[in-house]
Amino acid sequence: MVRKATCNSHGQDSSYFLGWQEYEKNPYDPLTNPLGIIQMGLAENQLSFDLLESWLASHQEAVALKKDGEFMFRELALFQDYHGLPAFKTALAEFMSEMRRNKVEFNPENLVLTAGATSANETLMFCLADPGDAFLLPTPYYPGFDRDIKWRTGVEIVPIHCSSTNGFKITKQAVEEAYRNAKKRNLKVKGVLITNPSNPLGTAMTRDELAILINFITAKNIHLISDEIYSGTVFGSPGFISVKEVIKGRDDLTNKVHIVYSLSKDLGLPGFRVGAIYSENDVVVAAATKMSSFGLISSHTQYLLSVMLSDKDFAKKYIVENKRRLEQRHRLFVSGLETAGISCLNSNAGLFCWVDMRHLLKSNTFGAEMELWKKILLKVGLNISPGASCHCQEPGFFRVCFANMSEGTLNLALQRLKSFVDSDSESNNYNHCRLPSLPKWVLRLSPSDRKSER
Amino acid sequence: MTPPPRRKADAEEDSKTSSPPRRPSSGTGMRVIVPLQGLVQGRGGLVLGSVIPCALFYLLQFYLKRHRPSPSDEPAGPIPRTQSRSLLSPRGSSPPASASSRASAIAKASDSPYYAGNDKCSTDAYHAVSNPRGVIQLGLAENQLTLDLVRDWIESNLKESLLGDLQGELSIRGLATYHPFHGLMELKIAVAGFMHQVMQGSVSFNPSQIILASGATPVIENLSFCLGDPGNAFLIPSPYYPGFDRDIKLRTGIELIPVPCRSTDGFSLSIAALERAYTQAKKRGVKVRAVLVSNPSNPVGNLLSRETLYDLLDFVTEKNIHLISDEIYAGSNHGNGQFISVAEVVEAEDFDRSRVHIIYGLSKDLSLPGFRVGVLYSYNETVLAAARKMARFSSISVPTQRLLVSMLSDSKFIAEYLEKNRERLRKMYALFVDGLKQLGIECANSSGGFYCWADMSKYIRSYSEKGELELWDKLLNVAKINVTPGSACHCIEPGWFRCCFATLSERDIPVVMERIRSITESCKVNH
Repeated sequence: MVRKATCNSHGQDSSYFLGWQEYEKNPYDPLTNPLGIIQMGLAENQLSFDLLESWLASHQEAVALKKDGEFMFRELALFQDYHGLPAFKTALAEFMSEMRRNKVEFNPENLVLTAGATSANETLMFCLADPGDAFLLPTPYYPGFDRDIKWRTGVEIVPIHCSSTNGFKITKQAVEEAYRNAKKRNLKVKGVLITNPSNPLGTAMTRDELAILINFITAKNIHLISDEIYSGTVFGSPGFISVKEVIKGRDDLTNKVHIVYSLSKDLGLPGFRVGAIYSENDVVVAAATKMSSFGLISSHTQYLLSVMLSDKDFAKKYIVENKRRLEQRHRLFVSGLETAGISCLNSNAGLFCWVDMRHLLKSNTFGAEMELWKKILLKVGLNISPGASCHCQEPGFFRVCFANMSEGTLNLALQRLKSFVDSDSESNNYNHCRLPSLPKWVLRLSPSDRKSER
Repeated sequence: MTPPPRRKADAEEDSKTSSPPRRPSSGTGMRVIVPLQGLVQGRGGLVLGSVIPCALFYLLQFYLKRHRPSPSDEPAGPIPRTQSRSLLSPRGSSPPASASSRASAIAKASDSPYYAGNDKCSTDAYHAVSNPRGVIQLGLAENQLTLDLVRDWIESNLKESLLGDLQGELSIRGLATYHPFHGLMELKIAVAGFMHQVMQGSVSFNPSQIILASGATPVIENLSFCLGDPGNAFLIPSPYYPGFDRDIKLRTGIELIPVPCRSTDGFSLSIAALERAYTQAKKRGVKVRAVLVSNPSNPVGNLLSRETLYDLLDFVTEKNIHLISDEIYAGSNHGNGQFISVAEVVEAEDFDRSRVHIIYGLSKDLSLPGFRVGVLYSYNETVLAAARKMARFSSISVPTQRLLVSMLSDSKFIAEYLEKNRERLRKMYALFVDGLKQLGIECANSSGGFYCWADMSKYIRSYSEKGELELWDKLLNVAKINVTPGSACHCIEPGWFRCCFATLSERDIPVVMERIRSITESCKVNH
């Protein structure tokens, strides 16, 4: 059996996936399994399903694959052109512009459709880098990248370390250091990959950060991939600034900047498997188009979505209402955390929060983070993602999703968390208070003995 | 179930000598200039004086060979693939941050006639009424003969199947959220049942050994990633489906070694030829990982006999490699032969199943290439585990999966469909082959698929690939018929063409024949 089939660089065994497995064994259900594990490790948007359902209900014709009374079946059954359904690409390009308040325009000819952003990222990697090359990624980053970027492509990831001291923002020094590290490892850096808004931070990138990156890629003559799949989830200021906006007028950069998009987050349709690469580099578009044969979107889905996205009225209303609900849910979540004495990174986007639980760690180590994670998973019953799986440099941070459940479930999760924190601090306080009154001979006992008494 | 042992076992067998490499002078394209022994004469004292220059000469040739850029058909030897491809540079007017060598190669690559012809068709497609002078597409293996049956079923059942649960209520949750990337279990069960029906009940398929992906194209690529490392090779009987060159070689770095089949054998697979190809590969230091067969085959359309399947299984067992059987046309067996799946043989006999993998899909037998449904069926747990993880890159859209669950589960409809399909294919095949016969063009005996394998060698000017391509070009640009030339399928005998007939209606056949006649007549005159 060959290396790829047996090696672990796909990251399957990281806690990100282990938590998922535990959840599947014991999933929470309000009626049938109220003590089960609540899934807060899956960045899915379930807040606006009703909007989608009502659209489908009032567009029976499209659902029935009919257009003006004509059954589109024959065309769709045979349609496997890797250039994609033109109507869908046009609608998608316009939707993407709408998402950016029409400050930029997307040419459908420069869109390559793929089966999800997962496929888009991997394909782009095959197009931009050879085995042994490297891409720089700011940490913390989405754990799935370890598989999508590296596994079959043979490309390496070199992290750009971001720290809590400045809210995990990208700094010029961090980028340059990463580049130097790559050089030390004899890796040829082909580009930088950012997620904007960030996963797992939930923050939209600032103009300053984008400027740093643009200057850097210009100086080094390398690529920039901007994974903007969360662009529709930005609900607060300063708002979303796409890299496409920032490079307006920079003809020298059109060949180097590429955008990845998907409908999995913004439209809450991960099951549809719709992703796209946008690039103005002809070589990349030509190559990616051919490679998209390995992950085409079914014509059936393309057709349905072309009708949905062409409904501009619906699209606009959906974007606005979806953001409103996300903001509301975010607020609920953050205040719930505050009640439990937990803070999180100030964020204005995404389907999750970057939660700071450093104060709950037994020690400032990743070992302690793993211990805390396991406790939260198995005793508290919440599946959240530990920072280590996102390659965060500092232990104690967790990504916690809030948009893939009902409000009731979220409140329950917050309650569980609060009880855990309270009991945890109580027992800490308990020890703290009890210490002075214990006789000296007890104080001399090792900590492990005392533990067993609890 | 033990997977074939790791590369270590093979490495022990690869006895690479340390003496200057000797290459068979009759080998595939490796020319060696043998120093004239006549120059080296004589006295015993000159033995050293003769051996050393010879050795140096061989080493010089070896050095030169390594540093010549190798054409894609020639065996690349021990050069790591990235090196050979870094010679290509990307197009683009602004100073580019370079794309990968892979990208530059594909973006630039001059397409084989297979793709070039298809492109031409799409821009000037024939239509009996609106574009009677357009190009008639006989180069795409699509089946439009029974599309109406599928269409009718979907029209009457779509809404319930797509959106409904048992109460007929809308359920977005069932469509929109994340589901296992390797396919809904309901669909796997339905597909297993469908495959059972397609293969006429001869074998039962276990849904948990099925991995679904968005088309047979990603299935074959994913499987290749699982079975071979860059630089490894698969043996493949030729002529073969041109798409494999792209699907398998493009990103995996795996080489395809054609094993020529001959018209004198009816283009059937010869184990002796496989054996020879295997040995030659070994001599070049290339590790063969699998044999890839198509059954029914494409482009010829013949079936593998039970005996050949046994021999194949013996062969791969003896060599300790895998067997990939692409059975995507299993339900399109319209001829007199009986289709036998490798699964049937493997389950009946005591063969090591862990080396057998089947590729299937709905693009051919159900005429739904647009819906993107491919199937990997494997007996190997390690391969299944890896393929499951790779499924994330090529997952089928859930609404489409839901739609198909209902259709495939309607076994009555499927039975009727499969029968009608065979009937219509049989009829159209007969009409087409007959039409060609009247033009003096014979076709190879075939039972399956949507095409016939036609011998037009007597109409080519020179018995060579060049002559064949000239004829192909005439057919495409003068007669306006797109067929696939045998050279695109790696056929070693010039003059064979694959002609797909399942996109035609009966009234198109005379039009096609007339156009072909115009070319064959002009070729006759020129001879």
